[in-house]
Amino acid sequence: MSSPTKNHPHPAPTNPIQIPFLGNRPKPTPETLHFWEGCRNKTLLLQRCPDTGRAYFPPRPFSPFTGNRKVEIFAASGEASLYSYVIHHREVPGFHPPYAIAVVELKEGPRMMTNIVDCPQTPEALILDMALEVKFYPIDEEISLPLFRPAGRAE
Amino acid sequence: MSYQPGSVAVVGAAESTEIGNVPGMSQIMLHADSALNAMADAGLQPGEIDGIACVGPMMPQQIAQYLGITPRWVDGTGVGGCSFLLHVRHAAAALAAGYAKTILITHGESGKSRINATPRPLEPESLAGQFEAPFGTHGAPTLFPIPVLRYMKATGTTDEHLAMVAVVQREWAARNPRAMFRDPITVEDVLSSRMVAYPLRLLQCCPVTDGGGAIILTTSERAADFPSPPVYVLGSGESAEGTLISQMEDFTTSRAFRVSGAAAMEMAGISHADVDHLMIYDAFAHLPLFGLEDLGFCQRGEAKDFISAGHTRAGGQLPLNTNGGGLSYTHTGMYGMFALQESIRQIRGIAPAQVPGVRISVTHGVGGMFSSSGTIVFGKEKP
Repeated sequence: MSSPTKNHPHPAPTNPIQIPFLGNRPKPTPETLHFWEGCRNKTLLLQRCPDTGRAYFPPRPFSPFTGNRKVEIFAASGEASLYSYVIHHREVPGFHPPYAIAVVELKEGPRMMTNIVDCPQTPEALILDMALEVKFYPIDEEISLPLFRPAGRAE
Repeated sequence: MSYQPGSVAVVGAAESTEIGNVPGMSQIMLHADSALNAMADAGLQPGEIDGIACVGPMMPQQIAQYLGITPRWVDGTGVGGCSFLLHVRHAAAALAAGYAKTILITHGESGKSRINATPRPLEPESLAGQFEAPFGTHGAPTLFPIPVLRYMKATGTTDEHLAMVAVVQREWAARNPRAMFRDPITVEDVLSSRMVAYPLRLLQCCPVTDGGGAIILTTSERAADFPSPPVYVLGSGESAEGTLISQMEDFTTSRAFRVSGAAAMEMAGISHADVDHLMIYDAFAHLPLFGLEDLGFCQRGEAKDFISAGHTRAGGQLPLNTNGGGLSYTHTGMYGMFALQESIRQIRGIAPAQVPGVRISVTHGVGGMFSSSGTIVFGKEKP
C-alpha cells in the first residue's frame, strides 16, 4: 500500500478511520473501475437504467431492473441522508472504536455503506434521516473512499 | 412423480455427542459424529445411505468418503446457516423423484475451537470487499445489526423490546441441559451487558461454538420401518436476496424471509393458527422480530408486543426457539441444523423443554446477513 496523502484534518474523536489507512483496501474490477476513478477525482458516479430512469448501485454494466446494457454513467449530487447504522465497539484494524458503520440513502435513490466523518460517533449525534454530503477520503494514490459528513458544514 | 406434502419424512436425527466447546474433534469429525448418531437413531449403516448433502464446495464428497457412503444424489448447496433447510427441501424433491432412497444431511463446525475450520477469506475484488469491507466491517456483529435502527424507527421497537427476545429465550435455555447459557437474565441484565454493535449488546448476540447435527430422510412409504416415529415434511420454501446487507431492499423486512415462508406455508396447506411450535434462526435478537412478521405470524411492527406479552414463552400460544435459540443454546456459525433438530424433537415429543402436543412445527432459517432463507413445515401426521 502506498503512503497516504497529506493535508487531512482528521481530529480523532469525530473521525473513525486511522491514518495511515490500515483497513480493507478495495480492489477495483473492470466493472467498477469508473466508480473508483470518479472517487479519486472527487465525483460520486452512479449508473442509470435507460429503460426506467432509475439509478442503481453498486456499479455493473447493465440495468438490474431490465437487463439493458446501455446504461448511463452520471455524477451524483453527493447529497444523502442517514438510513441506518451500527456503532461498533470492538477493535478492528484501521479504525478507532467506537465507530459507526453506516448505510446512507443517496438523493438519487440508491443506498451505500460508508462511514460518517466530522461527527461524533454517538447515537446522540447520529440521527436517522439527518442530511449528509459526500466527502472523499484518499487512502492512497488510487483509492479514495466515499465517506459522508453532516451537510452544510464549512470546509 | 412430484413432491406432495407428507410424502417424505425424517427417520433419523441427532446432534453431535458433545456441543459448545468440543476441542477434541475436528470439523470433519463433528460431521461424522453427528452422522453416526443419526444413523444409530435410524438403525442404518453408511452403506444404506444413497444420497448426501453438506454445505459448500467439495464437502459432500469429503463427508461421503469419510463415512463410507456411495451417493447417487449429491447436494452441496451453501447459502449460509440456513443451507440445511434447503437441503431438506431439495432432498424431499429428490426422494419424490426417485433420485435416492435414503438421504443424509450433515453439519459439523468447529466454530470455537477452529480445528480444520472453514476459512472465510475476504476477497478485496468482491462486491463486499469493495463496497462494505473498506468501512470497517468485521464479521457478522458489524453487519447483521445494520438494519436494526431503521427497523426500530419504523416500528416503534425499543431497546427493551429487543432485550426481551434474549430474556425469553434464556427462559427456554434454562430448561435445556445442553444449552450453552442457562442462567436466567433480565431486561436490565441485557441492557447493561457490554455494547457490541450499537444498538445490540453482548446478550443480544449469539456465541460461536463447536457442534454438529445430521438428519436422515426417506419416503413416507418406508418411514414406518424405522425405530423412531417419522416426522413428515409438509412444506418447504427457499429464497435469496444478496450478499450485501447495505443493498437489502427494505431494512424493515426481509424479502427472502417473505418468499420462503409463504412458499412453505402454502405448500403445507396450513394457516398460522395450525402452527404449534416455531423456530426462527436467531443469530441476533432482531431476527425473531423480523421472522414473526415476515412469516405472517404478526403484522408489521407487532412482533415486539407479541414477544413482550409472553406469547412465545412456555405456555404461550406460539412457543418459539424452545432450545434457547442461537442466542442461548448454541451457534456454531451455521445454526440452521440445530433449529431443524429442535423442531424434529418437538414433533417427536422428546425435547428437553417439550411443548405439549406439538403436531406442526415450522423451522425458519437465515443465511448470511439476510442473504438467503429457508423454511420447513414439519408434521406429526401425514396429511
